[in-house]
Amino acid sequence: MAGQPIRKPTRLEPWQDAGQTPYVRIEKVTKTFGDFVAVDEVSLSIYRNEFFALLGGSGSGKTTLLRMLAGFEQPTEGRIFIDGVDMAGIPPYERPVNMMFQSYALFPHMSVEQNVAFGLKQDNVPKAEIRDRVEEMLGMVQLSAFGKRRPHQLSGGQRQRVALARSLVKRPKLLLLDEPLGALDKKLREKTQFELVNIQEKLGVTFIVVTHDQEEAMTMSSRIAVMNHGVIAQVGTPTEIYEYPHNRFVAEFIGSINMFEGRVVEATADHVLVASEEAGCELHISHATPAPAGSPVAVAIRPEKIALSKEPPPSGADGTPARNATKGIVREIAYLGDVSIYLVQLPTGKTVRVTAPNVTRRTEMPITWEDEVYLSWRPFAGVVLAQ
Amino acid sequence: MRGAVSALAAVLGRLGLWGRGVVVAVPYLWLMLFFLVPFLIVFGISFSESVIAQPPYAPLVEWLTDEDAGTTKLQLLLNLTNYLRLTGDDLYILAYLNSVKIALVTTLLCLFIGYPMAYAIAKAPPARRGPLMMLVILPFWTSFLIRIYAWIGILKGNGVVSNLLEWAGITSGPVEILYSDWAVYIGMSYCYLPFMVLPLYSTLEKMDPTLLEAAADLGCRPFKAFLTVTLPLSIPGIVAGSLLVFIPSVGEFVTPELLGGPDTLMIGRVLWNEFFANRDWPVASAVAIALLLVLVVPIMIFQYVQAREAEER
Repeated sequence: MAGQPIRKPTRLEPWQDAGQTPYVRIEKVTKTFGDFVAVDEVSLSIYRNEFFALLGGSGSGKTTLLRMLAGFEQPTEGRIFIDGVDMAGIPPYERPVNMMFQSYALFPHMSVEQNVAFGLKQDNVPKAEIRDRVEEMLGMVQLSAFGKRRPHQLSGGQRQRVALARSLVKRPKLLLLDEPLGALDKKLREKTQFELVNIQEKLGVTFIVVTHDQEEAMTMSSRIAVMNHGVIAQVGTPTEIYEYPHNRFVAEFIGSINMFEGRVVEATADHVLVASEEAGCELHISHATPAPAGSPVAVAIRPEKIALSKEPPPSGADGTPARNATKGIVREIAYLGDVSIYLVQLPTGKTVRVTAPNVTRRTEMPITWEDEVYLSWRPFAGVVLAQ
Repeated sequence: MRGAVSALAAVLGRLGLWGRGVVVAVPYLWLMLFFLVPFLIVFGISFSESVIAQPPYAPLVEWLTDEDAGTTKLQLLLNLTNYLRLTGDDLYILAYLNSVKIALVTTLLCLFIGYPMAYAIAKAPPARRGPLMMLVILPFWTSFLIRIYAWIGILKGNGVVSNLLEWAGITSGPVEILYSDWAVYIGMSYCYLPFMVLPLYSTLEKMDPTLLEAAADLGCRPFKAFLTVTLPLSIPGIVAGSLLVFIPSVGEFVTPELLGGPDTLMIGRVLWNEFFANRDWPVASAVAIALLLVLVVPIMIFQYVQAREAEER
């Protein structure tokens, strides 16, 4: 997860505060297209000033959910409240919401200025005020010099900023963004991610952004809802989603992860012991699980939480084999510059992915192909996932 | 044979006319031979004098040998009377104005009927668009003349429309719509409607529907969104469709001849009369050339709009 900005420590966490009323409330919303269930009984609460991401693959229902918020689709069942108002039957042009479209949907027959002014004209804002606000918006997205151009005379990044200016000029309380950075190249995308976060904090607008890019979601958002087949797999802060996935889908969708199948041997209030033939050792996890002893579970461990060493880790005091430690042979090494990815094959045949920062220069690297290595991790590294 | 072909290829190749050149050259040669040359002949005839002879016009260029004076002259005689007659005689001016009027009304009728049609087809589910467009084009499978004759049956006194109006109690007796300007409007807008629908449909169909969503999202009501987004973006289709209807309508002959009244004066009929009834080829040619000039302006508008549209892509 390169490039995660450090958010301000005083960040609001309204979802922790029981006294807060959510700005957007989605209540058991279902949307079907014929036989296809695009969104399946989704409930969500999104608070003022949040940067909320709907993350999922194609067909996960994230865009359908966003379109229902904008009013382009009506829920088959369930209700949507924005600022306490039931949105049922309210057409898009009467909702206090603006949307930034994935294709930007700029009007090709209008100049940049006219595009941005369009929304204000619909509200019969006085001409002088329109001019000032358009100017201010174009200044904010650094396009003041391009006001007279037509969209086809702009680059992709410039069009994206026009679309953003157009969707923000009406000062909506809620902005919906559908894959806002999807059409930009990698460098520009990273730069724009930070710009979006800054604009969102400066204007105090609630953002709901749809994305399939987990890195984008983690970088920008205060909370993420991971969607899969029309249902929400997990809602949480980026850290929660990454460190404490609730289920296999979330664990595997976000980042890379090693899964060890096993059986619970011991379950107490502060730790779990899992016997895993696949891992070749007993796994000690320092958090509780509702899974009772004897039940099959999977233990998920992130590649960067596994340490690689040529020395065997110290075994238990009474001579029992060490927990959270196993050995294998390095089969592949992928050098990525800042980190290297090692694929280590255990005697059980299981391949474990380990990432280690390249603290030393590559030439001096002690571990190479076909080396026998020891893998070990701390008790907090693992997450027990029930079946 | 093969040797001859390759020799020809070599000669043309040296002229830079092989391969791609030939592909372009063949249709151009065809147009030169069967369009440009006849046009120049007509242009020439329009400057000559009508005579009772075979062909019925005087040659433009003549060798004049004066035995007495001992001179030989190559004489080019440009007779401007034909054009002066066009401007001097009310008949021609009225015919031109009336042609333009009928073509304009036809174009507007086609636009008002064709736009909603094209819009509805473009908004129909993709699977239904093909069959709907097919239905628009289907009448072309029947002869144009037969369809016009069918309209005679519909519009004449005691025809379908007349009987229907009488049966509904709107009129007390038979109504003769046939042989009037209205019959011409109906017949012509019927005939040319597909030429309006096709370009309009292709413009409306490729329009990004998210633009209308964006307009709605920014607070624009559906009808206003139509006026501010859909309509301006369909201008290329409107222009193309209007010209495809207007241009052939101005010179239309068959429909006004069959459905129009004796006073439905159109340039096509005047031309026909000059050519076949009066056998005045020079005046007929001048009428044709003037008609072309009337049409050059809209064609240039068409070219301009197309060029601008291509530039914006």
